[in-house]
Amino acid sequence: MKSGTATKQVKVGLSSCGVAVGGRGVYDALAAKLKGMDVELEPTGCLGMCYKEPLVEVSLSENQHFIYGDVTPERVDRIIDEHIVHGRPITDWLLTTKSSGFGKSDYFTGQTRIVLRNCGVINPESIDDYIAAGGYGAIEKALAGMSPEEVIEVIEESGLRGRGGAGFSTGLKWGFTRAVEGSQKYIICNANEGDPGAFVDRAILESDPHSIVEGMLIAGYAIGASQGIIYIRAEYPMAARRIELAISQAKERGFLGTSILRSRFAFDLKIRVGAGAYVCGEETSQMMSIEGKRGTPRSKPPLPAQSGLWGKPTSTNNVETLANIAWIITNGAHAYNRLGTETSKGTKVFALSGKVARGGLVEVPMGMTIRKVVFDVCGGTASTLPLKAVQIGGPHGGCIPASLIDSQLDCDSLHSIGLSMGKGGILVMDESTCMVDLAKYFLSYSQGESCGKCVPCRIGSKRMLEIFERITRGEGRDGDLELIEEVATSMAGASLCGLGQTIPNPTLSSLRYFRDEYEAHIKDKRCPAKKCKALISYEVLPDNCTGCGLCVGYCPTGAIGGWEIESEICTRCGLCMEVCENNAITVSHKEGGDG
Amino acid sequence: MTAQNKSWDTPSFAVIDAIVHKHNIEKGSAIPILQEIQETYGYIPLIAIERIGRITGIPDGDIYGTATFYKMFRFEPPGENVIKVCRGTACDLAGAAKIAESINVETSAAEGETSYDRKFTIEKLACLGCCSAAPTLMINDELHSRLTPESVRKVLKKCKCGDEGSA
Repeated sequence: MKSGTATKQVKVGLSSCGVAVGGRGVYDALAAKLKGMDVELEPTGCLGMCYKEPLVEVSLSENQHFIYGDVTPERVDRIIDEHIVHGRPITDWLLTTKSSGFGKSDYFTGQTRIVLRNCGVINPESIDDYIAAGGYGAIEKALAGMSPEEVIEVIEESGLRGRGGAGFSTGLKWGFTRAVEGSQKYIICNANEGDPGAFVDRAILESDPHSIVEGMLIAGYAIGASQGIIYIRAEYPMAARRIELAISQAKERGFLGTSILRSRFAFDLKIRVGAGAYVCGEETSQMMSIEGKRGTPRSKPPLPAQSGLWGKPTSTNNVETLANIAWIITNGAHAYNRLGTETSKGTKVFALSGKVARGGLVEVPMGMTIRKVVFDVCGGTASTLPLKAVQIGGPHGGCIPASLIDSQLDCDSLHSIGLSMGKGGILVMDESTCMVDLAKYFLSYSQGESCGKCVPCRIGSKRMLEIFERITRGEGRDGDLELIEEVATSMAGASLCGLGQTIPNPTLSSLRYFRDEYEAHIKDKRCPAKKCKALISYEVLPDNCTGCGLCVGYCPTGAIGGWEIESEICTRCGLCMEVCENNAITVSHKEGGDG
Repeated sequence: MTAQNKSWDTPSFAVIDAIVHKHNIEKGSAIPILQEIQETYGYIPLIAIERIGRITGIPDGDIYGTATFYKMFRFEPPGENVIKVCRGTACDLAGAAKIAESINVETSAAEGETSYDRKFTIEKLACLGCCSAAPTLMINDELHSRLTPESVRKVLKKCKCGDEGSA
């Protein structure tokens, strides 16, 4: 299909989110129908508009790009016939147009794309596409005319801070590793993006894998490492496949191996696939895992810069951090540090999900307000209900009420309101969310991921979870909240690694801002959002019920008989309400609470 | 195209040994070895741990300790289709629990179980990273998003018919 001369071009988004909603079928249908036509069909990565996948982009000339959302194989015929053949875009299905590059459209205005520069634009499986977009130009520049120290200087001057959650200066980190004597050093790319609700790294790895290969090359050159390892989580099989392909293509073209680009620099890159352990996102645990052991953390010092993988000087950098490197080397430190705030430079990619109208990836300059991101870029809440809270940073982060959404999104502003940026996941919640249930969710997730090595994390998370379970069962007691706070504070101070130290964050922030909801659960045995199963009951509304029996078929316990739902048998799974087409099932506060 | 049903091989020393030798050229290879064994058999047969120990010289206990630390490794043969239900935050908010209930109703297997007819093994994980198209699950290696209790039933029915239909 790729002719190289065709001016008409069709791209289909085929990263995980596109494939998961049928993108492959759309691609196949297009491939079959476009056979014999002078149209170039190419797969591409994630454009960020995950809420409208599968996405198809039609370009009839260089400066005209039309993007269709929610495309199905059935819609392909009409797109080809009306748009590609007759040049009449189908406005009803059109999502947005890009005039050239990322032009005017609600979703793209306000975004500044550095990390995502190639995502959804190039074919991630083609090294030629990456090179045509300026790829591997930065490593060429560095090898031709910059010393490793100069590379580190540029990165330090750019103000880039690690995007893995801790926010430490990347330039400084490289400098430490560079300064340590040693013939063997390692550079590790941390692609164990385990935070539920964060998918920034997945999208980069799937959509622009060569940018990570190039970032690793530059990092390796800077710190003096000849071996790089990409540690990628097993839950991202497509990302692993694409990065593996990128590595083999780079080897073929001589970007990896010995005397790279005719210089004396030698660098090899390999991937290690994780095996399902969240704690292996912590750098020392990750090194244990690469060494083939249980992924438990060790205490620092010595810092990995001195003694890391196999006891050698090692620098670990996150995927998004590395995706910035080539751009900074090409465009200079100033082009980067003019964006952002005083202490947080450049851009940050956020992953929006939950009850948001336009969920997906957005890249904005550091310091943009939460309101601007959630409302202006992403269109506010998806339901008719008002915004209740925003959770930032997944299991290390915290939630803030709607009243604080004029806060800025940068490392230090978030810190001042008790949050951490984490990996950049932003979960939007409307009034239907129970904050106690959400805090319990994060706690039970983290408790399950605690590796068990140190007592504060292992026991502390378990005891806290037990208290939460009691509260949501309607058995909360006076003093529970104070007890939670005490355990949380001890855990934060005494745990061995970043996981244990930050497990209490979601709990403490929700207690700080939503204490009244906790009190309603404890004192009134009432869940204001009607989510906690022990505190609610389901009923049939006979006036709306048509007697279709759909709910009866779905009920896992056979609790529905006639217009009665037997409270004793009902597990409050909510399936009946979900499947009912007539709004004939209602949920209410359980009567006769003990309080 | 729905998920492919997979019939697993019976463990054999020759195959296990070949996998161990293939990876044993560099240090720290225990996890890649275990991963390939699981890819081959669907689980880690205990006998494999002994073989890895014998060839690599790593104590059996250490290998077992490593294997049990990571959630991906199974120690019992799975069903023909492995369903991984995402229970990440976004999926949970979007009703992943209802999806799980629906799967339970359809397959008679709860999370962590294998169905009686050995067609399905149900697992949960967090997170698959398709948060803005939640709720999501993975059947074998194939992702399915924006699910409803009804659509998940259809997907499972297709899976069930997969092998019968092609026979």
